[in-house]
Amino acid sequence: MLAGVKPSCFFMENKEMHTIKHQKARSLYPTFERKAPGAEVSHYCPGCGHGTVHNLIAEAIDDLGIQDRVVFCSPVGCSVFAYYYFDVGNIQCAHGRAPAVASAIRRTHDDAIVISYQGDGDLAGIGMSQIVHAANRGENITVFFINNAIYGMTGGQMAPTTILNQKTVTTPSGRHAANEGFPIGISEIINSLHAPVFVERVSLATAPKVMKARMAIRKALRNQVDKKGFSLVEILSPCPVNWKMTAVESRRWLEENLEPVFPVGNLRDLAKGPFDRVDRKKAGRVSDRKILEILGVDEKEVHTSSIHLKEEQNVKIAGFGGQGVLSTGILLANCAIAEGLQTTWLPSYGAEMRGGTANASVNISHEAIGSPIVSFPNVLMAMNLPSLDAFEDTVRPGGCILVNSSMVPRQVRRTDVAAYHIPATDMANNIGSPQIANVILLTVYALVSGAITLETLQKVIPLSIKRKNLVNINMKAIEAGIAWLEENRK
Amino acid sequence: MATEEKNYIEINPRRCKGCAACVVACPNDCIEVGSEINQMGYQFARFAVNKCIACGMCFYTCPEFGAITVYKKSRKGA
Ligand SMILES: Cc1ncc(C[n+]2csc(CCOP(=O)(O)OP(=O)(O)O)c2C)c(N)n1
Ligand code: SF4
Ligand code: SF4
Ligand code: SF4
Repeated sequence: MLAGVKPSCFFMENKEMHTIKHQKARSLYPTFERKAPGAEVSHYCPGCGHGTVHNLIAEAIDDLGIQDRVVFCSPVGCSVFAYYYFDVGNIQCAHGRAPAVASAIRRTHDDAIVISYQGDGDLAGIGMSQIVHAANRGENITVFFINNAIYGMTGGQMAPTTILNQKTVTTPSGRHAANEGFPIGISEIINSLHAPVFVERVSLATAPKVMKARMAIRKALRNQVDKKGFSLVEILSPCPVNWKMTAVESRRWLEENLEPVFPVGNLRDLAKGPFDRVDRKKAGRVSDRKILEILGVDEKEVHTSSIHLKEEQNVKIAGFGGQGVLSTGILLANCAIAEGLQTTWLPSYGAEMRGGTANASVNISHEAIGSPIVSFPNVLMAMNLPSLDAFEDTVRPGGCILVNSSMVPRQVRRTDVAAYHIPATDMANNIGSPQIANVILLTVYALVSGAITLETLQKVIPLSIKRKNLVNINMKAIEAGIAWLEENRK
Repeated sequence: MATEEKNYIEINPRRCKGCAACVVACPNDCIEVGSEINQMGYQFARFAVNKCIACGMCFYTCPEFGAITVYKKSRKGA
């Protein structure tokens, strides 16, 4: 480049001359795979406020560096599918119960950053009790309350926050106080309680107001990171479709009609000072021994595990719907509980109803289990050919595959796993019922893995089957499994 | 539209629903909803007038995810 000559920008790549100032948050997935079309767009109506709030929350999660700590509790309502978008821990909660779920996570997971995200039908209608009590306990959680003054998901019925004279499907001539009461100010109610540390109402009506919402959202999350206590941000948010307006009109309507009823601004910010609303050090902890005493249980009766797992068991049980793969998973998980181990069970129904494959994932561990999902099992029980075809390659080297060879006309191809080809359906038919084939497989698994004992299996089976006349035949299945392994173990 | 000496935004047509919230949000009237239609059947927005100050108002207002990216001219290049 010649000295003194200004470099000519026009020959250079655009991007080198520019820095990205604002882009999609990392805490949102790159695309949103789901059954409906449009993996690149949200499922929300054009101009809906939910997406704006999602973006603001995701940016705050990125900036606070808490993506791997967040547990996002989504509600029932249009935002029920928040887990399509947020690449964080997700739980979808029963209608209105997100604050109760969030409280439970708070009490059991010190490091979690717990978000309760709720609409007005969810929070102020069916879930009014949950939010008030969670706030009153001063749970160290963050609540984002999306107030769009209507039930969006169900097609525009009146919400507790619907304003007077507002027309909805259920108030066709407008809401009248004499019929439906007055709109409820949630921020004011929460602000009447002693424990909360931060309550702010914001609006998405204009861009500058969105920027204020952004600050409030960041603050409410930072409070939780700093262990300050309960924070709630109420966000006045447009629902253009059910307000029967364009996205642009809805923002104007929001500013002219909702904001006068629900004044925006901070109602409480106690997070600054050395304020201790709830002195958590004084919380009485009840010891495990005390709990046993209250329940009248003799300590000797408490089962501590005598099992020593060589490694955590990540089990995939797969077969036709109707082969009992899901209930086999429950049986295995119940046995693990009876052994005093940690366990999870997760069903995947697939196209079970039409005779397709169903599968169950079971984890068994000495430690608390983070996720119930089993993507790479070290144990596969394949009850039919499509299941073996689907999952054989996912098994980790050194793992084991148990095949119901009555239903699978081929051998396991993998050579780096232990394979057991057990004619379980034939054996079960000989005993008297094809239904017990999976108990035969489970017996062989119990023996080769040592993850559960046969005594436990024998004890748990009678508790888990409804028709007691089948207990006997199940016990015979266990004996058949033992005999098969003795003959074939060489 | 983007030239090297100015700030600009990119609107990903596949991620836009044409709601025009960004059009109203922009203090400099940089954005308009065009007449083209995307894969979802929406008339998407486009960056039309190059007076962008990289303020991010459009970005923060947009309800879609990753529809708008804001680029600021770097000091070196200016
Ligand atoms: C127990 C129960 N009752 C009722 C419903 C029906 N229902 C689904 S969403 C909804 C209200 C949603 O409104 P809101 O919380 O304001 O969220 P929005 O959809 O507006 O975001 C209702 C009543 C349900 N799913 N479960
Ligand atoms: S119905 Fe309303 S709240 Fe629900 S997605 Fe559409 S605009 Fe959003
Ligand atoms: S706000 Fe987003 S979705 Fe709406 S028109 Fe602008 S870019 Fe498209
Ligand atoms: S960054 Fe600001 S000036 Fe640039 S297009 Fe967006 S709103 Fe307009």
